[in-house]
Amino acid sequence: MHGSVDGVAQADLAHNAAQLRAEVKKLSFYYGTSQALKSVDLPIVDRQVTALIGASGCGKSTLLRCFNRMHDLYVGNRYEGSITLYPENLDIVGPGVDPMLVRLRIGMVFQKPNPFPKSIFDNVASGLYIRGVKTRAIVEQRVEQSLRQAALWEEVKDRLHQSAYGLSGGQQQRLCIARALAPNPGLILFDEPTSALDPIATAKIEELVDQLRLNYTIVIVTHNMQQAGRISNFTAFMHLGQMLEYAPTKQFFTAPEHPKTQEYITGRFG
Amino acid sequence: MTEQAIVTQEAQARALSDDEIVRKAHRSETRFALIGLTVLIVTMIVLMALIVDFAIDGMARIDRDFLTSFPSRRPGEAGILSAWVGTALVILVTAAMAVPLGVAAGLYLEEYARTNWITDLIEINVSNLAGVPSIIYGLLALGLFVQTFQLGQTIFVAGLTLALLILPIIIVATREAVRSIPLEIREAAYGLGADKWQTVSGYILPAARPGILTGAIVGMSRAIGETAPIITIGALTFIAFLPPSPIQSTFPYVNADWLNSPFTVLPIQMFNWISRPQAGFHVNAAATGLILLAMTLLMNGLAIWLRYKIRKGIR
Ligand SMILES: Nc1ncnc2c1ncn2[C@@H]1O[C@H](COP(=O)(O)OP(=O)(O)O)[C@@H](O)[C@H]1O
Ligand SMILES: [Mg+2]
Repeated sequence: MHGSVDGVAQADLAHNAAQLRAEVKKLSFYYGTSQALKSVDLPIVDRQVTALIGASGCGKSTLLRCFNRMHDLYVGNRYEGSITLYPENLDIVGPGVDPMLVRLRIGMVFQKPNPFPKSIFDNVASGLYIRGVKTRAIVEQRVEQSLRQAALWEEVKDRLHQSAYGLSGGQQQRLCIARALAPNPGLILFDEPTSALDPIATAKIEELVDQLRLNYTIVIVTHNMQQAGRISNFTAFMHLGQMLEYAPTKQFFTAPEHPKTQEYITGRFG
Repeated sequence: MTEQAIVTQEAQARALSDDEIVRKAHRSETRFALIGLTVLIVTMIVLMALIVDFAIDGMARIDRDFLTSFPSRRPGEAGILSAWVGTALVILVTAAMAVPLGVAAGLYLEEYARTNWITDLIEINVSNLAGVPSIIYGLLALGLFVQTFQLGQTIFVAGLTLALLILPIIIVATREAVRSIPLEIREAAYGLGADKWQTVSGYILPAARPGILTGAIVGMSRAIGETAPIITIGALTFIAFLPPSPIQSTFPYVNADWLNSPFTVLPIQMFNWISRPQAGFHVNAAATGLILLAMTLLMNGLAIWLRYKIRKGIR
C-alpha cells in the first residue's frame, strides 16, 4: 500500500473490498472552468482515520467536500470520475445520485464551529429531526449517546436546553461532532476541525477522533503534520490538486517516497 | 517651481513635530464631537418641544371618557373611540396581509428564485416601490379596490392599501435578514442531509426572525401614521359607531363583518379636528396626537422586547 495507488498491499486491500469504506477513482473537480482536483485516487479504509495533508490551497477541502456533494450547493461546479461508497456500492458523485441521499449517510464537521442558533439538545437532535425521527425517547437516547461519544455530556447535561452559543469554542466544536454523530453516519468528514481552537481544546478533539475510530470511518483534513502523525492511520499528501502520496501514517513520515513529500514533511515548503 | 523650492516646501510641510500632529488630530476630533453634539441637542430640543407642546395642550384632555366616547359637535364631549378602534383594526389587517406575503416574497427571492433578468427587474421594482409617495398607493387602491372591485371604503380595503404600502419594506428587510445568515449555518444544515425546505424553514427563517421582526415593526409604525392613502380611498371623518364585534355568542363565534365596516383612524380624526376653528377641537387634536405617539412607541417597545426575547433564546 506504499507509494501511490498501486503496489501489492494496495491490491490486497482492493481484493478485500469489505475493508474499504470508500474509494476515490480518477476524480477531477472543476470550480466553473478552473480545475481544482486532477484525477485523484484515494482509498478510505473502514474504521480508520485517513488524514489529508498538503500546503494551503492544494485542494484538501475541495476533495473532502466532494464526499458529501457540498459543491452542489453552488452553481457551475462539476465532478469527473467516481467516489464509490461501500458496502452499498454507491457512486457518490454519479450523475443520477441525489446529493441529499449522500449527505444522509456522510457526516461533516467544519473548520469553524458552526452550531445552529438553537439549544444544545436541538443541535444534536437536528440530524434526527431531518430524518423524520420524532419519538421523544429515541431522540433523547441518541442525543445523550452522541454527546457522550463527543466527550461533552458531563459538561452540558445540566443545560441541554440552553443556547449552544453559550459554549466555548472547543465545546461548540465537540457539539458539532455530536451533531454529526447522532444520525450514525458511515463516514465522517473533518475539515481542519481544530484550526480555530486553542491547544487544550485541540488535544481534546484529537483524543476524541482517536476514540471515534472504533465505530466510525474518518477522513480528516489538517494542515498540521504533527496532528496527522498523532491521530491518523493513513496519510495522503496532496499537491496542486494532485494526490502525490498515500501510505500508512508511520511509513509516510519515516520513509516518504515522493521528493515533494520529503520536502513538505521536512518543512522546506508549505 | 524649481527642484529646490519643492524640497523646501516639503521640509516646511514636514515641519510639524509628532507632538503637533497628535495635538492637531485631537483638535479636529474635539471639533467634530462638538458639532455632532450641537446637532444632536438641537434635534432633541425640537423634538422634545413638539412632544411637550402636545402634552401641555392635550394631556389634560386624555381621560377615560376621551377614549370611550364617539366624536361630537361639542369639543368637550368628543372622544376618539371610533378612531383608535379603527386604527387598531386597520393595522391588524395590514399586519395579517403584509407580514406573511412580504416574508414569503423575500424568502422566495432570496432562496428559491434563480438570478436572471426577471428577478433583477423584480428586485429593482421592489426597492423603488419602497420610495413611492403614499398617496399614489391611495390612488391605486381607490381605482382598483374601491371602484373596480367595488370593495367599498372599508377597514379591509384600508388594511389592504397599507399592506401594499409596507410590503416592500418587509420584503427588503426579510431579504437582508436572510442574506445575513452565515453560510456556515446553511452548509451545516445541508450537510446533515436537510432538503431545501427543511433548511429554510428550520434553520434560516428562525435565525432571521429578529431582522424580519424589525422590518415588520418599522413598516407597521409607518402604516399607523399614514393619512393620505386612507383619505384618498375615502375614509369618513365622522364615525359615531363601532364596527361589528369580531366575536359573537352564537356559532361560529367569530364574525368577519367588521372587515366591511366603514371606519376612521387616529390621524384622520386629528386632521379633522385641526381644521375646525374652535380651540377646544385643537386641544382634542393634540390629545389624539399623544395617543398616536403612544401607540407607535408601544409598538416599537414591543418589537424591542420581542427581539430581545428571541435573541436571548437563540444566543
Ligand atoms: N469556491 C471556489 N471557487 C473557485 N475556486 C476555488 C473555490 N474554493 C477553492 N478554490 C480554489 O481551489 C483550490 C483548492 O482550494 P481548497 O480545496 O480550499 O484548498 P485547501 O483546503 O487545501 O487549502 C485553491 O486554488 C482555491 O483557490
Ligand atoms: Mg481548506
